[in-house]
Amino acid sequence: MIIGDRKSLAEILDMIKDYNNILISGCKGCVTVCNVGGLKEVQILAASLKIARKKEGRPITVEENLLERQCDPEYIAELNDVVDSYDAVISMACGVGPQFLSEAYPRQIFFPAINTKFFGGATAHGIWEERCAGCGTCVIHQYDGLCPISRCSKSLMNGPCGGSAGGMCEISKDVICIWDMIVKKKMEQGRLDDLLTVAPVKDWSTSRDGGPRTSIREELTQ
Amino acid sequence: MDTFEPQIVAFCCKYCAYAAADLAGSMRLAYPPNVKIVQLPCTGRIDIFHLLKAIEDGADGVYVAGCLEGECHFLKGNFRARKKVEYVKKTLAELGIEPERVEMFNLSSAMGSRFAEIAQEMTGRIKELGPSPVPTETVI
Repeated sequence: MIIGDRKSLAEILDMIKDYNNILISGCKGCVTVCNVGGLKEVQILAASLKIARKKEGRPITVEENLLERQCDPEYIAELNDVVDSYDAVISMACGVGPQFLSEAYPRQIFFPAINTKFFGGATAHGIWEERCAGCGTCVIHQYDGLCPISRCSKSLMNGPCGGSAGGMCEISKDVICIWDMIVKKKMEQGRLDDLLTVAPVKDWSTSRDGGPRTSIREELTQ
Repeated sequence: MDTFEPQIVAFCCKYCAYAAADLAGSMRLAYPPNVKIVQLPCTGRIDIFHLLKAIEDGADGVYVAGCLEGECHFLKGNFRARKKVEYVKKTLAELGIEPERVEMFNLSSAMGSRFAEIAQEMTGRIKELGPSPVPTETVI
């Protein structure tokens, strides 16, 4: 799923400093699962903003809303009748949400409350780790299920580099060297020879290097 | 300021703090009437939102009282509550509000006098801090 962190209250308060009647819209998708933009987080942000503005002596009206998903126009359309009744709208979805909202309602102002960070999963309750960099050409099978693109600090296809020490990466003692794990797994499985094959230079045109990407499924288009 | 009587909301676990409040009553122990008790099935039920909502609606202080650590009826509820209280403390600090207005306490159902002590401690603390900087709209 897409993982994000909420922006600081100071930053959000600064965004909405000129507005007195706002809507906070959450999303039931990824951000609900990673506990950053679901119903509970919308309630917490609304209460925090109201407390801050009451303290300033400039009370604010904050309505709360939760969309099924903010990355599908048909769910965005649920706001059709109400969106113009607010001074501004805060989206608690990933970066897709405020953009889809802005495109659907060009007259309204939308603010992102979330810093979208990576594609990942929960390794423990409350802890999420990056597992995919969305490079567009998956080669995980060549590395026994361990992605060197997203999990190696240098995205090395032929590793490890000289910065691997004691199973950790040189950039931080808290970052695991994925290449250490890849080599160990290959050794355990008796397939270390796989690594004698040099991986060719990766074609990054399917990643961000190729510019904004589109995926078209002809069988689904109407 | 001398006449300031704070409004304090106490979220109390029914297995310990709420029973301790009962015991305090049976023991004829006096504790400040500023404290308004909300019973919870376990402090693990408390949510960040509940604590913030109390502050938003005008509470001068809020505290959560759960079982002694390691003695939660549901094993980890009081540890979870403590983390949520810590989150709210950070949020209040971010908003320029004294984090001491929110607190977590641990006690057992046999600690009636401790319950009264906590109520007095919190009331004294909030009286020193003064009224909440968040103006009251709703009467609690």
